[in-house]
Amino acid sequence: MAIKDYLRERFFPHMWCPGCGHGTVLNSLLRAVEELGLNKSNIVMTSGIGCSARISGYVDFHSLHTLHGRALAFATGVKLSKPELTVIVPMGDGDALAIGGNHFIHAARRNIDITAIVMNNRIYGMTGGQFSPLSGPGKKATTAPYLTIDNEFDVVELAKAAGATFVARSTAYHCQEATNYLKQAILHKGFSVVEILSQCPTHYGRKNREGDAAAMLEIQRDSTARIGSKALDDNPHLIPRGIFVDIEKPEYCEEYNKIIDRAMKRKAS
Amino acid sequence: MARKKLKEHLINREWCKGCGICVRFCPKNVLELDNMEKAVAVRPEDCICCRLCEFRCPDLAIEIVVEDENDE
Amino acid sequence: MSEKLMFVQGNEACVQGALYAGVDFFAGYPITPSTEIAELLAARLPEKGGKFIQMEDEIASMCAIIGASLTGHKVMTATSGPGFSLKQEAIGYACMAEIPCVIVNVQRGGPSTGNPTHVSQGDINQARWGTHGDHGIIALTASNHQDVFRMTVDAFNLAETYRTPVVLLFDEVIGHMRERLVVPDPGVVPIVDRLRTSVPKDVDYHPYLPREDGRLPMSDFGGHHRYNVTGLFHDMWGFPSNNPSVVQDLLRHLVDKIDTNVDVITRYKEHCLDDAEYILVSYGSSARSAIHLAKNRRQKGERLGVLELQSIWPFPAEMVRAKCANAKAVIVVEMNMGQVLTQVKAAVDQPNRVFLANRIDGKLITPSDIKGLLRVIQGKGV
Repeated sequence: MAIKDYLRERFFPHMWCPGCGHGTVLNSLLRAVEELGLNKSNIVMTSGIGCSARISGYVDFHSLHTLHGRALAFATGVKLSKPELTVIVPMGDGDALAIGGNHFIHAARRNIDITAIVMNNRIYGMTGGQFSPLSGPGKKATTAPYLTIDNEFDVVELAKAAGATFVARSTAYHCQEATNYLKQAILHKGFSVVEILSQCPTHYGRKNREGDAAAMLEIQRDSTARIGSKALDDNPHLIPRGIFVDIEKPEYCEEYNKIIDRAMKRKAS
Repeated sequence: MARKKLKEHLINREWCKGCGICVRFCPKNVLELDNMEKAVAVRPEDCICCRLCEFRCPDLAIEIVVEDENDE
Repeated sequence: MSEKLMFVQGNEACVQGALYAGVDFFAGYPITPSTEIAELLAARLPEKGGKFIQMEDEIASMCAIIGASLTGHKVMTATSGPGFSLKQEAIGYACMAEIPCVIVNVQRGGPSTGNPTHVSQGDINQARWGTHGDHGIIALTASNHQDVFRMTVDAFNLAETYRTPVVLLFDEVIGHMRERLVVPDPGVVPIVDRLRTSVPKDVDYHPYLPREDGRLPMSDFGGHHRYNVTGLFHDMWGFPSNNPSVVQDLLRHLVDKIDTNVDVITRYKEHCLDDAEYILVSYGSSARSAIHLAKNRRQKGERLGVLELQSIWPFPAEMVRAKCANAKAVIVVEMNMGQVLTQVKAAVDQPNRVFLANRIDGKLITPSDIKGLLRVIQGKGV
């Protein structure tokens, strides 16, 4: 199948701004799904609210566009009630880690077989450019006219600590790498987190003088390095990319099936 | 395995928003924005079919159509 | 199999009703006085292959049951006041996206953390207007365990019939009191199952296009039909739209599908009501005291009757007006500052003859509390 077979073409051109990295994330994700040869009717995409969340309307899967921050909670209900479904949950940085932070850590703790994608553009784009929990200090935003003083989360460290069993980071610039990580994340049995650094040229880029979309991609290229690379060893201040965690642990739905077995046996005896 | 040869750049002008990402990162400078701010392949003969423009396009507007070189 | 006789808490009667109705997914969070519902379903659901999950918070519980409903399951959550507050945004989502689900609120004293282990009926208006924006909602209640069972079954049936969230407004006394319950044989109480679309694969399915009878057949996530579900105003395919006529038509539909069926949804009981000069309108545990008083006064020849509401929303205004038309006075008996009172006053022909007998101190209102007010109204003094 071609990429377009996974799209709802009637809604294109999409609503994202020119040069928005979220479009590239959609591009990378569709390639992952296509290369894995997944059945569209077996995939549920659940999203929250924000620029990122509109992604679910563009894919020809079962799509559930939910409430701000709650995508993983809805997805947990979908997955546990029908574990044979592939559940993919793209979220924005505010969506996943501010209002949705509690659901994020608990979904990771349960190790439920869901693929969470954090489309991190470090800003609330839909509402016009407010700082997010991933902006970090010293950034300009409409709600930080004197620069931010809030520290940022490190999504990878947070996901690791919370118990996610697959954790990776890539960027919109490194689109083939992102596709590769997304493929592995979808195949991984357990809670997977893929953070993809994405650019918002309209708000974040303009306010923080990072230039146009292409210039922001150059920053993604130049400010990151693959783990284990000489570049990262030589420049430890760079943001590491790569697969940070890939381990096997009991998966929630499979463990629940054991509870069903125990309960049924007890009732029968 | 047969080498891939470019057949055409399929660029959906309705979907392209003219961000210029494909232009900036094309290793062979094949693409440019026209006066309507839409991507066009101005030097298709230079294309090496790396498909990075297609993979990176945030508008999903580019498709590199290839054929096997020994098909001719 | 013969019917089952039990001596149980109201919370267990609710669980029995839910199981009878076919619940197969429950998500919840511990909160007094509803926790027994979660505890019991944690044990019972896996026995029948169903799923129970204790979520990280009340909001997540509400969201999870909506997700599970979309895969084709009968779903429920249970909570009390503070949790009910937290669930409101997601309840609105279920209204907007028309997703069947049942929310139990075993009421305790509020506002805020309030009086967790004591009874109240203070969430009546929150059940109606807790979530933002215009919408229709169904809320049922009960005064004894047999009715708790029955209203729980009805809640699942109405949720499926109207593709809507249904609230069960119980209270702490009903939830924790133990009394007799007879669970009928399967098939005795009718069950409404999920109405699924007959549209075949590869034919355009419209999840939000009502049939001639007004019902909207569903398609399970994971099935042939891939459609969109959103809390935004949406077209008949479920895709977001801000087209003024789409917005207006959808909002009217969401309100009308409930409000125009008020007669079908309305549930009530009459106790000594036929020739009553004085009528007590009550519901939930308050109704037990009202019924006790009415039976007691009848023996003394006094024409006192009780109109017991079992459905609160949509409010059965026309029925209340008709039943109270010939009463000298109507006394609303409830444990709040007059939430149903407001509705009754708006419904009857002579609102100046409607009075409130209430108790708001965390204690169950007693027959003598009501009797005192009745004597004052009758001009007999306390």
